[in-house]
Amino acid sequence: MASLTVTDEQVRAIKAKVIQPAWVRVMHWVNAFAMILMILSGWQIYNASPLFGFTFPRDYTLGGWLGGGLLWHFAAMWLLMLNGLAYLVTGFATGRFAKKLFPITPSGVLHDVRAALTFKLGHDDLTVYNYVQRLLYAGIIAVGVLIVLTGLGMWKPVQFYYLVMLFGDYPTARYVHFFCMAAICAFLVIHVLLALLVPKSLRAMIIGR
Amino acid sequence: MAKRSFLIPGVDKRLLIKDAIKTMPDFTRRRFIAGGASLGALTLLTGCDVVDSSSADTLLAQVSKFNDAVQAFIFNPDALAPTFPESAITKPFPFNAYYDLDDAPDVNGTDWKLEVRGLVDNKKSWTLDELYKLPQVSQITRHICVEGWSAIGSWTGTPLRDFLKLIGADTRAKYVWFQCADKDGYNSPLDMRSALHPQTQMTFKYANEILPRAYGFPMKIRVPTKLGFKNPKYVVSMEVTNEYKGGYWEDQGYNSFSGS
Repeated sequence: MASLTVTDEQVRAIKAKVIQPAWVRVMHWVNAFAMILMILSGWQIYNASPLFGFTFPRDYTLGGWLGGGLLWHFAAMWLLMLNGLAYLVTGFATGRFAKKLFPITPSGVLHDVRAALTFKLGHDDLTVYNYVQRLLYAGIIAVGVLIVLTGLGMWKPVQFYYLVMLFGDYPTARYVHFFCMAAICAFLVIHVLLALLVPKSLRAMIIGR
Repeated sequence: MAKRSFLIPGVDKRLLIKDAIKTMPDFTRRRFIAGGASLGALTLLTGCDVVDSSSADTLLAQVSKFNDAVQAFIFNPDALAPTFPESAITKPFPFNAYYDLDDAPDVNGTDWKLEVRGLVDNKKSWTLDELYKLPQVSQITRHICVEGWSAIGSWTGTPLRDFLKLIGADTRAKYVWFQCADKDGYNSPLDMRSALHPQTQMTFKYANEILPRAYGFPMKIRVPTKLGFKNPKYVVSMEVTNEYKGGYWEDQGYNSFSGS
């Protein structure tokens, strides 16, 4: 029985091994939820006036019709924006971005891409992101900023005309908004696939360790 | 707005799920219940009643009202919609309505009169000839549809704020409410600050020609700071009012402010 008792030192040792702090986990899942709502309602809105020769299957859209999709989109946007803003502020303020996402060197990325494709990329220390992770995570944050800026520009092309001008004109902002969504969907597929291949990373994003 | 329902009428969905869970082996049952609260389950179920419930609808309607207030706050009455050179005009400018062009109102311009109601000093009706005599201005602006497409057009007419002054409207009122000749009745409220915006126009001409039937003859309200559905065509009356009277699309769920 004595071997089952836990000393204070051991508890502290376990606590020190937190891979993902609570704020990251909470904001990660809030973002995931908001993002899914934005994508599914966004597909509904897209279907009302498709940019390309296809529409999204009705079963994968939210809201039932254009009006419903818009209501979801402009409700979930608050969750997405407030959570995203809090994430950016905390990420910079705590030094997490500087510590975990940078530097990103081309040679480091090349090395880790090669290692990943030959299944030689180690995941022994989940507290340190490899270069593929750094590039993808920093990249998707940039895409997230871009999709919010184009979205705000399209929502208020008169009041926030400078946002639209940043991308050229209103129709261009629409295309940029669409391609950002496509990039996020591609990221989502890879991200979920890799999390399932390395389940302890998924566990770390849920319980922290 | 047909909703897909996977449920049998008269069957309580909670009881149905409870019964289904009972038939599962213990391990599966636990995983199913744990999974039920997960994101994955929600995304799989988006097509069905879980997120189409009336409580979700109520919440969304409240957020939409909140968004009306946010947009009114953001709205700067001096911010002008971008204007374009003539070469930028979209040709042909699209006809757009919830009916075909053949079903568009065919208004007789000589019989037509614009009715003026509500909080105004002079409630006299206006014939088209009288309206045509008012000073007119032109604008080339982008029309943005709630569906996402947009087109640049050229509109000519009298600034609405000049007309409101002329008829002695109480510009402290909340709305100008327009009624149209469209089939099934079309109407739309316009908040007073947008009505008084310098580019908001009672439009009589498109591309320097008398407004054709497709674009709203005899009169359209052009509001370049609003989405297209808040630019009513075939207008027959306007009412200055403090009462929110709803609108054709607004009542179906489009955000009421829908400003740009």
